[in-house]
Amino acid sequence: MAKVTYIEHDGKEHTIDVANGLTLMEAAVKNAVPGIDGDCGGACACATCMVYVPEEWLSKLPEIETMEETMLDFCERREDNSRLSCQIVASDAIDGIRLQMPESQH
Amino acid sequence: MADDIIIIGAGQAAAQAVQSLRAEGFTGPIKLIGDEPYAPYQRPPLSKKYLAGEIGYDRVELKAQDFYADAGVETLWSTRVTEINRREKRILTGDGREFSYGKLLIATGSRVREINVPGFDLDGVHYLRNIADVEAIQAHFKPGAKMVVVGGGYIGLEVAAVAVKRGIDVTVLETADRVMARVVDPIVSHFYERVHRAEGVKIETGVTVSGFEGTDKVTAVTSGEGKSFPCDFVVVGIGILPNTELAMEAGLTVENGIVVDEFCRTSDPDICAAGDCTSHPNGVYGRSLRLESVQNAIEQGKTAAATLAGKEKPYNQVPWFWSDQYDLKLQIVGLSAGYTQAVVRGDPEAGRSFAVFYLKDGVLIAVDAVNRAPEFMMAKILTQKQAVLDPKRIADETIPVKELAG
Repeated sequence: MAKVTYIEHDGKEHTIDVANGLTLMEAAVKNAVPGIDGDCGGACACATCMVYVPEEWLSKLPEIETMEETMLDFCERREDNSRLSCQIVASDAIDGIRLQMPESQH
Repeated sequence: MADDIIIIGAGQAAAQAVQSLRAEGFTGPIKLIGDEPYAPYQRPPLSKKYLAGEIGYDRVELKAQDFYADAGVETLWSTRVTEINRREKRILTGDGREFSYGKLLIATGSRVREINVPGFDLDGVHYLRNIADVEAIQAHFKPGAKMVVVGGGYIGLEVAAVAVKRGIDVTVLETADRVMARVVDPIVSHFYERVHRAEGVKIETGVTVSGFEGTDKVTAVTSGEGKSFPCDFVVVGIGILPNTELAMEAGLTVENGIVVDEFCRTSDPDICAAGDCTSHPNGVYGRSLRLESVQNAIEQGKTAAATLAGKEKPYNQVPWFWSDQYDLKLQIVGLSAGYTQAVVRGDPEAGRSFAVFYLKDGVLIAVDAVNRAPEFMMAKILTQKQAVLDPKRIADETIPVKELAG
């Protein structure tokens, strides 16, 4: 299990216990966290679940694969520490991770 | 009560509407009524990873278990609404209960089109629409078992792809002269036929099923052309029909779906409709559409919620769809009907990655992309803009996707 904190653009925090194996997009959508749309339901087709990952957590995540890179390339608000939360799977290794969300996913 | 909102149907559109109603600031009572024993879940994975056994219920369930209670929503599962009384603003359920509404959202979705040939009710003849259907099909998944798929559309081909990987002997029967004829160009159809055959699936086109043979369980599928296809079980995937009967009986306007405007309003100002069951105007294509897709359910769920909460959030997007078969991700943007030129980028004859761009008098109206996410994402932008593209640039792979519009 991983305790995940989603931080809205205005600073409001949502902390959720996410079962191992679930993606961080799925957990956010299931719990109606504002700021992560996940419009495609995890099909990697919409790039509406982008998050900013702090430096200390970025290195604990698997490398960005081609598909994710392609989708991120089309995100208007992409930064160097952007990831798609549908491609981050919860595990004990990321327990405590904090994710900053963009002002809008569109 | 006067401000009660009742949502009929508990699928993707309904779940989205609940979330959006609260996000839009609606604080009144909400009732969510569904006829399945489950809270809203995602259907697309049912014919893909869920059928393959790669994911379970916890991954298809749309919302956390306590989401509805936390949102102050009263849920009624396994409950069918049998009547809408618009004059008295009440609904009636199959178990004899009555509920008053202030406003209503009809999100009844769609159901499978059934095949009406002799033997249709034999054991072993299945459809795939809900969790119970998948469980029934999975019970036949033993290596060497013979499966006949009736219908070479998305559902049929996705089931075929999963089953052949599980060691099932798979034959797909399609009435048209090619698979997925309703949704893609022949170039894409022939590509999928090639890949399925390479994976071991037998595909028979131009075959019209005339009946199912067997005494108590199905043992063969027969065709009007006089052929017989022995089998242990059958999956029928010949399309879906919108669930419009409730609306029609209540006197709402129904024309190939419950007719709504861009705000999801039906012909009754107190009733909205969203998702597969609607026919709605699309400004990009300048005609009414009835769509069977997640995007449509989600976006209309948001739009209907805004309308019900007294706001205006018009729905007017280029549709998109996807299908997963083997390692192929087919992503479709737009509707290609009426195109005047199809331009291919990449090689559909070899390999597993290409895209087809559909132009109508030079304007990009749709793209079918196979393992081509950049083309798909760019197409979303360019179709919405109704961009004019040069066919030569599309076909030239030395030009980056982002520079296709010049």
